Amino acid sequence: MARIVFHDQLLPATNGEREIEVTVENYRDLLVVLEARWPGIGERLAKSAVAIDGQIYQDAFLEPIAANSEVFFMSRIEGG
Amino acid sequence: MSKVHVQTTINGEAVEYLCEPQQSFLDVLREDLLKQGTKEGCATGDCGACSVLLDGRLVCACLMLGVEAEGRTLTTIEGIASDDGLHPIQQKFLEHAALQCGICTPGFIVATKALLDKNPNPDETTIRYWLAGNLCRCTGYDKIVRAVQAAAEELAQEA
Amino acid sequence: MAEAVDYKYIGTSPVRPDGVDKVTGRAQFAADQNMPNTLYGKILRSPHAHANIKSVDVSKALAMEGVYAAVSGADFPGGARGKVGGEGGGDIGDVARNIMARDKALYHGHAVAAVAATSLTIADAALAMIDVEYETLAPVLDVVAAMAADSPLLDATNFTKNLPETPDKPSNIASVTVLTRGNVDEGFEQADVTVEGEYHIPMAHQGYIEPHACTATVNEEGKATVWCSTQGHFEFRSMTSKILDWKVGDLKFIPAEIGGGFGGKTTVYLEPVAVLLSKLAGRPVKMMMSREEVFRATGPTSGSVCRVKVGAKKDGTITAAKAWLAYEAGAFAGAPIGPGAMAIFAPYVLENFHVEAHDVLVNKPKVAAYRAPGAPQSMHAMEIALDDIAREIGMDPLDLRLKNAASEGTRAPYGPKFPAIGFKECLEAAKAHPNYTAPVPEGAGRGVAAGFWFNIGMQSSAEVRINEDGTVIIMEGNPDIGGSRASMCLMAAETLGVDYERVKAYIGDTESTGFCNVTGGSRTTFATGMAVVQACEDIIAQCKARAAATWGVDEDQVEWEDGQAIPAPGVNADVTPMSLADVMASAHKTGGPLLGRASLNASGAGASFSVNFVDLMVDKETGKVDVLAFTAIQDAGTAIHPAYVEGQMQGGAAQGLGWALNEEYIYDADGVMENAGFLDYRVPVASDLPMIDCQIIEVPNPRHPYGVRGVGETPIVAPLAAAANAVRAATGVRINDLPLSPPNILAAIDSD
Repeated sequence: MARIVFHDQLLPATNGEREIEVTVENYRDLLVVLEARWPGIGERLAKSAVAIDGQIYQDAFLEPIAANSEVFFMSRIEGG
Repeated sequence: MSKVHVQTTINGEAVEYLCEPQQSFLDVLREDLLKQGTKEGCATGDCGACSVLLDGRLVCACLMLGVEAEGRTLTTIEGIASDDGLHPIQQKFLEHAALQCGICTPGFIVATKALLDKNPNPDETTIRYWLAGNLCRCTGYDKIVRAVQAAAEELAQEA
Repeated sequence: MAEAVDYKYIGTSPVRPDGVDKVTGRAQFAADQNMPNTLYGKILRSPHAHANIKSVDVSKALAMEGVYAAVSGADFPGGARGKVGGEGGGDIGDVARNIMARDKALYHGHAVAAVAATSLTIADAALAMIDVEYETLAPVLDVVAAMAADSPLLDATNFTKNLPETPDKPSNIASVTVLTRGNVDEGFEQADVTVEGEYHIPMAHQGYIEPHACTATVNEEGKATVWCSTQGHFEFRSMTSKILDWKVGDLKFIPAEIGGGFGGKTTVYLEPVAVLLSKLAGRPVKMMMSREEVFRATGPTSGSVCRVKVGAKKDGTITAAKAWLAYEAGAFAGAPIGPGAMAIFAPYVLENFHVEAHDVLVNKPKVAAYRAPGAPQSMHAMEIALDDIAREIGMDPLDLRLKNAASEGTRAPYGPKFPAIGFKECLEAAKAHPNYTAPVPEGAGRGVAAGFWFNIGMQSSAEVRINEDGTVIIMEGNPDIGGSRASMCLMAAETLGVDYERVKAYIGDTESTGFCNVTGGSRTTFATGMAVVQACEDIIAQCKARAAATWGVDEDQVEWEDGQAIPAPGVNADVTPMSLADVMASAHKTGGPLLGRASLNASGAGASFSVNFVDLMVDKETGKVDVLAFTAIQDAGTAIHPAYVEGQMQGGAAQGLGWALNEEYIYDADGVMENAGFLDYRVPVASDLPMIDCQIIEVPNPRHPYGVRGVGETPIVAPLAAAANAVRAATGVRINDLPLSPPNILAAIDSD
């Protein structure tokens, strides 16, 4: 199962759960799973960046999530 | 407030204009004469983006009144290149990547022209102090100083 | 993965395509736009740092001869709060209130009204006729005091975000970010040495030489055209649309050449005001900020207070690190605390750490992005702490960093594992560098520090068109702020196999090219470059198909080599290779003109690490610091145009040194900036600096076709601590606060 890790700012939305394991095909499906589990979290996740297996995405959508993937939600990065 | 009639010479061309008595020469150049190669960075004489030559002397156009151009001879960035093409200073700025955004570049080129007219073989310290009135925020000056050195060499060979 | 390979064009430094216009004064910057019948717009600004606005009356100004429009906050219909405005902008409701105050003036210089008149003189006179009734309030200026429960509030509706429980009282703390791993207490127990300190860095400005400027013209159909100085015209259009509640399709934004930005031109100030004034006046309106307005009313970067504690073993292994950060947001939320918190420990392998960062409202201008936003402030503290540890355990500061350096597979503090990165390579290069092995000049001090930035990808579009002579036109949408047209042309030349001189790059306006996010985040050469490469590949695929059709062979029997379609090896076609010009010559028979395109949302921007060291001489009688030598080493991935990569490194070094040594916003007790000009806000001049030696490290980014990482932002990070560490080495006195200006250095030496 893929390992999904939430940053501290998301903990209020996950009832304090920092990490879960799920089986999904891609990021879109992950959002569906998370929204079902914690209704309303999707809006917060939309304001986060996400790292899937080390690659940082400002906006992920169809990126695949494998059985052994690591998914980290993180603050969005802006730049000068 | 009535305007003042001014007759002057800019880049070898006789020019006349009407300006307000308190209007800066930079403002006249840019907004009335539309010679906009001369840039405004501060309008207080601190950045050198508006460097022009007044009777061969380097001045900030923002610190000069439009009326003060009467009877004088001015050179702006538009007057640096010749019919033969770019001036060697301009060419060396290009070759040495001595510009990034390019807003300070006209001022630097005019200031460099004034330096090399006066001192054809300046050392690095002289270049740095001469150009200390021109601010560049992009390059850290390294490539500008090298471009000036290269231009001085080129001009020495041409001479 | 992109291997280090020999390229024909990439890695060369030709003259940029827009160069001649920029050395002759021909290039058109925003203030160089002229239209017949143009009015001048000017802004009235708050004389108070904190005040309720009871009323604004523009009627007397509007009645003046030569005045054609006057507006105040009430005239701006849009800007509902809670919506994201775009990269760099933050909440659009905040941006709307920042460009024109509504019920409160939140900093000295905050816009409260604007006029459009036939001359600058009349516009100035009209501003003096606007009546504003203020009720002054106590200004909140100190970031730590602002966090206290009894501080006056900038916004009584601000409740700190991201706390475990929603607070029941409002405060000036807009949000809190926490980043944590392992157990810091246990980590500190394992440490042989522990250092800690509190580090203050003042608010500083990007200091681009071109003040903000724009011209807007709204026609009788209600369609607006805006020329402006911007790092992202698509995002300026979006913000203007939301602030004015106008349709995006009624707004056309044309980016002028941009005279520097460094992050500061990622958000609007003048554009919505100019559009509204033009709409009301029925004439074009040109607006140009003065330098003073730029300092007082555009977005500098956060002043900060950072408290850091780091523990290490005698062998240099870092066992724990803890940081508390407070960043000034200015008048509205949005200090770069996320990146600050994620960057502070990023170069190092760390099992135990805890970072808590605060985004704090104060009565100063709303901060904007500035080159690696948030990283210089926090990493300054960490890199000083490491210097102190190195000294305590008697280790070379580069060896200490090598001992703990992150590499491929290291878990970054923000979660994911690093892909291939070049930090160790930078450190090794520094150790071997002749400037480092050379002895420190007598009486001087040498300081070392590391830098880091994430870099970003985001959305880009590009089109490539082929002319009938085979020359190539690139159209993309990222304002060229430091030579990016040259990089685009080089990548296109390499991909297509045509001479660099045969390629031209253009920056399209919002109606002539596809959407591009801002020129920022060091993304342009990476992401837009990737789009250009893909658009070129599209051209190649089309050329191969045209050649196959011409020759009557299958498409897979055609290859592209050195700018020509040729039969694949073993294909026995007796044909003449087809160049771009050849394909175009018969294009009318094979499907029409060649037009390649690509659009993408790039991911995989590679983190860029740096190591800097600097030799400084400190005059102990005057406190003046002289920079004797500066060496910048940075991983660029692949340097497409090495001279402009060096330019980024040298420019960032100069900005970092300026911030370290002299630059600061100085406020009086009323919240008025006392040094709002280049005479007193002293950026480095040519005589302040030596040559800046650069060494580009190339560890290619596997996620870019040519290995680009993005280089623009990292260079500003390390100089701050490198300078502080050099002053420590030169004087024996540790100065935790910036700038290291003569009065501050003298005070520190005297109190030691």
